Amino acid sequence: MRRLPRNPAGLLGAGIVALLVLLALFGPPLWADAAARINPREISQGSSAAHLLGTDALGRDLLARTLTATRLTLGLALLATLIGTATGILLGTLPQVLPRRAGRAVIAAVDLLVAFPALLLAMFTAVVAGLDAQGAVLGIGAALAPAFARLTHTMTASVAGADYIAAARMLGVPRHRVLTRHVLPNIAEPLILNTAQAMGGALLGLSAMSFLGMGVQAPAYDWGRLLNEAFGHVYVTPSAVVAPALAVTLAGLGFMLLGDSFARAAAHTRAPAGGPAAAPAAVPAPDEPAPDTVLEVRDLTVAFPGGTTPVRQVSLTVRAGEILGLVGESGSGKSMTAAAIGQLVPHPGRTGSARIRLGGVDLDGLTASERRRLLGSSLAMVFQDPTSALNPALRVGGQLAEVATLHGGATRTEARDRAVERLDRVRIRHPADTARRHPHELSGGMRQRAVIAMGLMNTPRLIIADEPTTALDVTVQREVLRVLREAVDETRAGALFISHDIAVVGEVCDRIAVMYAGRVVEELPAGALHQARHPYTRALVGSLPDMDTDRSRPLTTIPGRQPAPGDVGEGCAFADRCALATARCATRPELRTRTGTHSVACWEVK
Amino acid sequence: MNINDPVNISGLTVRFGSRTAVDRLSLEVPKGSTTGLVGESGSGKSTLARAVAGLLPCRGTVTGVAPGRVQMVFQDPSSSLDPRMSIGDAIAEGTRVPRARRAAEVGRLLELVALPAGYAGKYPRELSGGQCQRVAIARALAAGPELLIADEITSALDVSVQGAVLNLLRELRGELGLTMLFISHNLAVVRYVCDAVAVMRHGRLVESGPVQDVIGAPRHAYTRALLDAVPRLSPAASDTERVRRVR
Repeated sequence: MRRLPRNPAGLLGAGIVALLVLLALFGPPLWADAAARINPREISQGSSAAHLLGTDALGRDLLARTLTATRLTLGLALLATLIGTATGILLGTLPQVLPRRAGRAVIAAVDLLVAFPALLLAMFTAVVAGLDAQGAVLGIGAALAPAFARLTHTMTASVAGADYIAAARMLGVPRHRVLTRHVLPNIAEPLILNTAQAMGGALLGLSAMSFLGMGVQAPAYDWGRLLNEAFGHVYVTPSAVVAPALAVTLAGLGFMLLGDSFARAAAHTRAPAGGPAAAPAAVPAPDEPAPDTVLEVRDLTVAFPGGTTPVRQVSLTVRAGEILGLVGESGSGKSMTAAAIGQLVPHPGRTGSARIRLGGVDLDGLTASERRRLLGSSLAMVFQDPTSALNPALRVGGQLAEVATLHGGATRTEARDRAVERLDRVRIRHPADTARRHPHELSGGMRQRAVIAMGLMNTPRLIIADEPTTALDVTVQREVLRVLREAVDETRAGALFISHDIAVVGEVCDRIAVMYAGRVVEELPAGALHQARHPYTRALVGSLPDMDTDRSRPLTTIPGRQPAPGDVGEGCAFADRCALATARCATRPELRTRTGTHSVACWEVK
Repeated sequence: MNINDPVNISGLTVRFGSRTAVDRLSLEVPKGSTTGLVGESGSGKSTLARAVAGLLPCRGTVTGVAPGRVQMVFQDPSSSLDPRMSIGDAIAEGTRVPRARRAAEVGRLLELVALPAGYAGKYPRELSGGQCQRVAIARALAAGPELLIADEITSALDVSVQGAVLNLLRELRGELGLTMLFISHNLAVVRYVCDAVAVMRHGRLVESGPVQDVIGAPRHAYTRALLDAVPRLSPAASDTERVRRVR
């Protein structure tokens, strides 16, 4: 186990389990004699100095008996758990090795057994196997197995869908080897975690069986048996029930807590080290923007604790009726820039800027509720996955209308009419019918257009589209791009179009800003991509095959890789991968205007 | 069966319940050449690939390639390698050389895909997406495939990395005389990598032929629609032309 539990509950569980193991190891040699000593003069006594928890019907010390019983109780529980998990894992993996039909039969049988109450299954097995410790262990093992089989089968099935399993099958690796080499190692962790919890369950189950007289038989004794014996005198010496009952509860709790905290530790990755990120400082920008500017961002920085800074002093301007393309590879900070503008930076990230102005209003000068209202009415966001942007349970028209009633103050009828009109505007055929449908009834392209229509419900000043066509087919992509272009032209909103695909950006945008390692390295008109100057932009253009690429020549490639947001150095971030790099590149070049609309951050190009 | 006989897929049909994903499809892939397979999502490209690779039950015949000599490289680099297995072990799984020569063979294959031989001890999480795809290619090559199927292998990669992987495939094809079925939704990439193209729609082939014919003079309306939709970054396109295309 890589991570030990750190939370108090986990520590408590670990402590209890450790104590139990110690008791199981050293209990019998220390107290077995005292526990077996029959004393006819001290029968069924209450608590006294000599016998802290009293004595049983034969005058034996109950504390000593409880402590001594730890070994048998734990041993039997361990055995039952092993039987249960081993059988369960075997049953759960069997469908992977068996022929299809036999596999299905196994799954059906497991499903049937899961539906049975576990204790009933345990008792049934115990009755068949014999009313003694062996029978109880087999019974509890049988009761644990179906749940484990179900778990194993579910996890195996999810791993079996991975491409590396398909690859192994194509390489001719036999099915049982695929199981042992590829499947089991990848599901081992959750199985082990569940075993800890199953151990707790087995202990409780076994104690219950012994208590009911179906498990351990005299003269042997476990906690359940002790409870069983003490229960007869519960009105005479109530203290006799306390010790075994407490032991069972404590042990059950210990294993459950431990298993639970293991599971939680495995599910969550550790929070990043270091204190909260300081809000990045920035100097106010003095210059005033052009009057038709809808978005003005100056020196935007986004920082996360631990020195990760995905966005570094980015400045952008979007004018009315203009689409600005923000292009870069994964990890360049383009999506985080959009998130910062929409005030959507995930916790614990901090945003700092000299200025963010949306439609001439300074966002930093607003209260949280004012800002929310402004963003709700004048910013539209379109994301890559239209499925997650729409509520699957609601009709499309209703969702669109809600935007207008919530932020635009429209009545319900007005809003409904407007929704149909907006759907029509994004070229959805039969808009009135579509408004009555649920999102899953629409194709991917229609869904994305519906999201754009939702953005147009109020008159937005800015549309942020983050990889809006990446999940779509090329023919559908063309439609969505056209709709976006039309929306911008008609409403005179500005748009920030984010994409990794420089060809798409080149086609739909008016201007392009190229991001690398958190900074804008070049800004140029879309038509001038072939006159790009920054070595990175040039390499991006050269590495992308288009319909005119010379097929006899290899594509341009960029050696190395983009530094992670945490490892960006002081100088030019591209220098390590750049053929033009010189000593000067140890100092970072600022983004400088070369000709009217073309800015480049590079020392080595004119 | 002659070694130079083309890989011949004929009358291949794959059904999922009542839905026919691939419908009586026939396609010929000449030995030593690369055939591109394009089409929108849901057209049945990947289903066809998996059926040819023997991963899905199907009707119809595939001749010209021995059973088990088809290898495949997948789209998602993070899922195509076993996270618990070292790169060297993953590649070695496909090799058919004696145990003693295995390390040397793994080293040779890693160098073939332009990775240092020392990477054999690394695990997939230590590699970038592009490097993982190289390893997946090396693993496929280890088995000496008679047909290599590349299913959208660059779709999940960044542009600059995509270029390097495409270059690698072209080099390997030249060096090893690979026969390849290259599946992509990106026509520009297919045009660059392939000798022939087949266009699929709704589980059927709508058009196929040499790359320059299909792309230069498409006959089917759907092929033309696909070609029109390809975003272009050509120096010839002036500003007005570019904007007109979108509007």
